[in-house]
Amino acid sequence: MREAKEHSRRLVLFWQAVVGLLILGLWQGLVSLKLLDPFFVSRPNDIVRRIGTWMRAGTLWMHLSVTLEESVLGLVAGAALGIGFGFALARSPMLARVLDPYIRMLNAIPRVVLAPLFLLWFGLGIWSKVALAVTLVFFVMFFNTYQGVRDASQVLIDNVRMLGATERQLVRHVLVPSALTWIFSSLHTSLGFAVVGAVVGEYLGSTRGLGYVIQQAEGTFDTTGVFAGMTVLAVVVLMISAGVARLERWLLRWK
Amino acid sequence: MIELQLDRVSRDFDLPGGGTYRVLEDISFDVETGAFVAIVGPSGCGKSTLLNVAAGLLSPTSGQVQSGGTPLAGLNRRATYLFQQDALLPWKSVRDNVALGLTLAGAPRAEAAARAAEWLGRVGLSPFAAHYPAQLSGGMRKRVAMAQHWIIDRSLMLMDEPFSALDVHTRQRMETELLALWEGADAAAATTPATAGERKTVLFVTHDLEEAIALADEVVVLSAGPASRIVARHRVTLDRPRDVMDLRTMPAFVDLYGAVWSVLRAEVRKSQQSPGGRHA
Repeated sequence: MREAKEHSRRLVLFWQAVVGLLILGLWQGLVSLKLLDPFFVSRPNDIVRRIGTWMRAGTLWMHLSVTLEESVLGLVAGAALGIGFGFALARSPMLARVLDPYIRMLNAIPRVVLAPLFLLWFGLGIWSKVALAVTLVFFVMFFNTYQGVRDASQVLIDNVRMLGATERQLVRHVLVPSALTWIFSSLHTSLGFAVVGAVVGEYLGSTRGLGYVIQQAEGTFDTTGVFAGMTVLAVVVLMISAGVARLERWLLRWK
Repeated sequence: MIELQLDRVSRDFDLPGGGTYRVLEDISFDVETGAFVAIVGPSGCGKSTLLNVAAGLLSPTSGQVQSGGTPLAGLNRRATYLFQQDALLPWKSVRDNVALGLTLAGAPRAEAAARAAEWLGRVGLSPFAAHYPAQLSGGMRKRVAMAQHWIIDRSLMLMDEPFSALDVHTRQRMETELLALWEGADAAAATTPATAGERKTVLFVTHDLEEAIALADEVVVLSAGPASRIVARHRVTLDRPRDVMDLRTMPAFVDLYGAVWSVLRAEVRKSQQSPGGRHA
């Protein structure tokens, strides 16, 4: 059983590598054959070289660390607010009904239009980006926590109450673990949103960060720079996501 | 002494389209301390509602419940409740599930762990202490649930068709184990001197008449819903300790079964004709 699992995992990894190499090879080949213009789509080897240049110059780490800092702050603050509100509203149906239209309205606002406002309110530094990330993360976390708490099985709740649980113990032993499943399934999405918020914020007005790098490259029609920036972002998000998956496997080991 | 007393208890539920649906009508009966009382009735007759009222999870629309001689307000703190569905916390290990009631009451970790280990031994699950409920079979989960409720040592045990989801053989084994626990409660309770020597009172809901007679001292028959009433009460005078496996062929058992079934059969027929019969 375990061997079969390991075997299929390797098979998947193998084919993932094949797909990746195929796309890169096709891209590189089409450009070499002059079927695609590198001015518009750049070239894989140029992109790799550019990332190497950034690494050696040290600018990559500086920009990356700024973007990561904004993302992490946005994720943590957004998650804390989202989970807090999710719990409060799930436990208080009256409050949930009163706030319902406002939450829908706020969630319907395209976040990009908020960016200039945040720049005005919080300045060009990291906090306007953090704020943007928070507005994205909050709603994902909020809806999932709300659903997770509401979804908690009534039998489990009745059972621990009969066993003598107080309201607080009920939250701790039943509602939080029950909501955790939902919260974790939304953590991957939230993580992506946090990075999107940070990068879009940087893109619209900043002096540092990967969004700034991409925006500068676009300003000079430097497609290699744009792709290099996107590649770095993609790899970093993939790595963090793998870390979250491990954490999730450990926390939800009872499944 | 009377452990539980229901006095003219009725319970209505609101219907989604307005109006009410009467589930229980004018139910009165006493359960003596240490007695094992089974409640049978056709499906939809409000057996679970009756237990929920006794547990304090539902309040009666009219009438009164007395628990241990005092009127019940809120949850019944003298009772535990073994549910029909799986109610173990899936994210806690078997050991932590069994110890849960003690942990909630603020018992020291070491003491809770020691008593949980003792109870796991009693239900034969010591090797599975570190497992999670999802890794156990249905019968094993039921045993964990029994230990989880028995460990907190309340005087009244409410059981809602606890074995109905199990296959016939597992079910007979569980019935045997339940009786052994209940009959041997003197020995089991020895660790807690306050209640030592006292048998627990059991209120056991089932739709299976054989199970009811095999286990109980008294079988209460509810009428078909809506507005279920008590239609009959039968004393079960079979000797204890009983062997659940052999009991079913004994003449005394067969006679009693025939007598109760003639009452129950009429109610089952009615429930199949009335539209309320499918109401859970």
